[in-house]
Amino acid sequence: MRRIKRTVRLTRRQFVAVSALSGAGLAIGCTVREKSGWDFLREDQASTLAAVCDQIVPADEFPSASQAGVLSYIDRQLVRHYRRHRDAYRTGLERANELSRQRFGKEIAALTAPQQLQIVIAIEKQDPEFFNLVRSHTFEGYYGSPRHGGNRDAVSWRMLGLAEPPLRGRAQYDLTKGTAS
Amino acid sequence: MKRVNAVVVGAGAAGGIVAKELSTAGLSVVLLERGQWYTANDCRKDDLRNQRTTVLGNAFGPEDDGNPRVVVDCRGVPHTVSPSEGSYSNNAACVGGGTLSYGAQAWRYLPQDFRMRSTYGVPIGSSLEDWPISYDDLEPFYEKAEYEIGISGDYSGTPFHGPRRRPLPMPPLPPNREFEILEPAAKRLGLHPFHLPMARNSIPYNGRGPCMRCRWCCGFACEVDAKNGSQNTVIPTALATGNCELRTQSTVKEILTDDRGRARGVSYFDANGHLQEQSADIVVVSACATESARLLLNSKSRLFPNGLGNRNDQVGRHLQGHHYTGAIGYFDFETYDDVGPGASIAITDYNHGTKGLCGGGMLANEFIRLPIHMVDRLPANTPRWGLGHKQAMRDFHKRSIVIIGPTQQIPTADGRVTLDPTVRDKWRMPVIRLSGNVHPDTFDIGVVQAERAEAWLKEAGAVSTSRMAGRPATVSAGQHQAGTCRMGNDPKGSVVNRNCQIHDVDNVFVIDSSVHVTNGGFNPALTIMAVAYFASNELVRNWKGTGFRS
Repeated sequence: MRRIKRTVRLTRRQFVAVSALSGAGLAIGCTVREKSGWDFLREDQASTLAAVCDQIVPADEFPSASQAGVLSYIDRQLVRHYRRHRDAYRTGLERANELSRQRFGKEIAALTAPQQLQIVIAIEKQDPEFFNLVRSHTFEGYYGSPRHGGNRDAVSWRMLGLAEPPLRGRAQYDLTKGTAS
Repeated sequence: MKRVNAVVVGAGAAGGIVAKELSTAGLSVVLLERGQWYTANDCRKDDLRNQRTTVLGNAFGPEDDGNPRVVVDCRGVPHTVSPSEGSYSNNAACVGGGTLSYGAQAWRYLPQDFRMRSTYGVPIGSSLEDWPISYDDLEPFYEKAEYEIGISGDYSGTPFHGPRRRPLPMPPLPPNREFEILEPAAKRLGLHPFHLPMARNSIPYNGRGPCMRCRWCCGFACEVDAKNGSQNTVIPTALATGNCELRTQSTVKEILTDDRGRARGVSYFDANGHLQEQSADIVVVSACATESARLLLNSKSRLFPNGLGNRNDQVGRHLQGHHYTGAIGYFDFETYDDVGPGASIAITDYNHGTKGLCGGGMLANEFIRLPIHMVDRLPANTPRWGLGHKQAMRDFHKRSIVIIGPTQQIPTADGRVTLDPTVRDKWRMPVIRLSGNVHPDTFDIGVVQAERAEAWLKEAGAVSTSRMAGRPATVSAGQHQAGTCRMGNDPKGSVVNRNCQIHDVDNVFVIDSSVHVTNGGFNPALTIMAVAYFASNELVRNWKGTGFRS
């Protein structure tokens, strides 16, 4: 079974910095802890987004969106294929917290689950473009291929009763020999 | 570069066959392909990045950067789109073209599909026309395609198909659960269900093994190379002759002509981005309906100021694909057995003969739906998100069947490919501008087809159904794109003659779905292949040593 761990993805600059640090660390004989973090999201943006995503796919006997790695998926794509959506996330998450502060005096991440649900219903109504973007990306991360950081341990596929990708067949045929026709 | 007899532009369904037929007949051939050559080892079972679900891009090209198109919607608003967006109407850019990753349904059109104008007249606002060739002209070449490419299936359950001399070379795959549920229901309705034809090995064939029945099929390359396209059949044969050279990552810029108005070759950007010239006695354009039209329109010269073959403003018109309609049924028992490719049973009872309406289409169960396809296909009263949505995913992913089909489109002269006046691609060439919409009569028959799909599902025991019959706001082309260089006897209303030879220039051929006058109510791949065999046969027959005389 493939096991997808939450891995730390470093930008090139971070990599250089960490390499330098680890060199220094080795030199003085102490360990350097891996830095946790996101490629694109700030920590506060990540917790806001997690609150929204977890209303779109809440936890029941199976994990919620964030538990299944949806944030890793979205964060990773925001520095890859979804670079064009960066502004939408920046401003959308800000508007979402603004709404939350107006109604409950706190940011979304600090609310109770029923309050978060109310806010997400309000976002869907007042900010449909942003909501639909997050909804699509949440479903992609939850139900899509684990290779992109979401759907951790293929949890949604197991929830639906689907076998994990079986590599049937690959060993049966030597694909490198003989002509094709 | 050394002059050759023929340069073929595009190594897809048609180009691969043309290269094979010409090279085995002894002509020297250069086959140019803008994409790469992928093999079964490049198969990635990626639900989000393939040729069907492209939210993270196309697996087999073209890449999103540097390949824009402009799509004008039905309100006249232009949108610049990239290849992973649906309205772009992308077809894979790789050796094999669409046939590397297609679902591989391999249909013959029906005899009436070649005589649409004679059968139905011309609906107002349409450009419906007959083909200059008939089903009988193509029949031997359909058979050749079925045997050389390798098709499995069984037509014996239906009387609704054209006459054929030989059965398909391979039996169908064993039925999946959907087949077993849908077959008796269709029979109770008086319909004629059968095992649909697929370019997929059900038994060892052509030196490769059979389908292993995984769920990643339509949109993916085949992991065990059991799916048959030009990349694993005719192209290797062409290369084995020693007469054919395949150059990948080579994007053709234009067709070059001489002072007498004959083609002398093509210019193209090679894998390193350098502009090269390949001279040839014959140029064959097989780049798919949108890109073939673009190449002709971009090949402007003093004698052809509006593009090659475009003296009568026909290049790029009559663009059509298929109007997909159908229904999804929800059941109170499991319908899903995780046995690919999924699509297994079809009816062709409704391709013609609907009173008062033009055409129709085949209906079949769909390829396996991956979970990501299901999120927006739940019953109508399901919440769009939240616990209710999650529960519905669990309830219905394995308890639903989709019946859908390619409704034949009624072509219009306004559905078209032109060149955008401002937007350029990474080679600084003008890009495709798609405009027009679907003829309203097509929408009408599409709704009737969806009702028929619902009736079939209900008979099979569906507790409820949802109809799938949208009205897209843009021209329909997609992977089934066709019609932009129409075949015809009258040069005023067509671009090529019945042998796929451009009316204006006797050594330029367009051989691909561009020449389809109408596109049938079926997936077009096998017809593209049959036309390629037919046209290659005529070309070789008329070839006189070093020059070409028609």
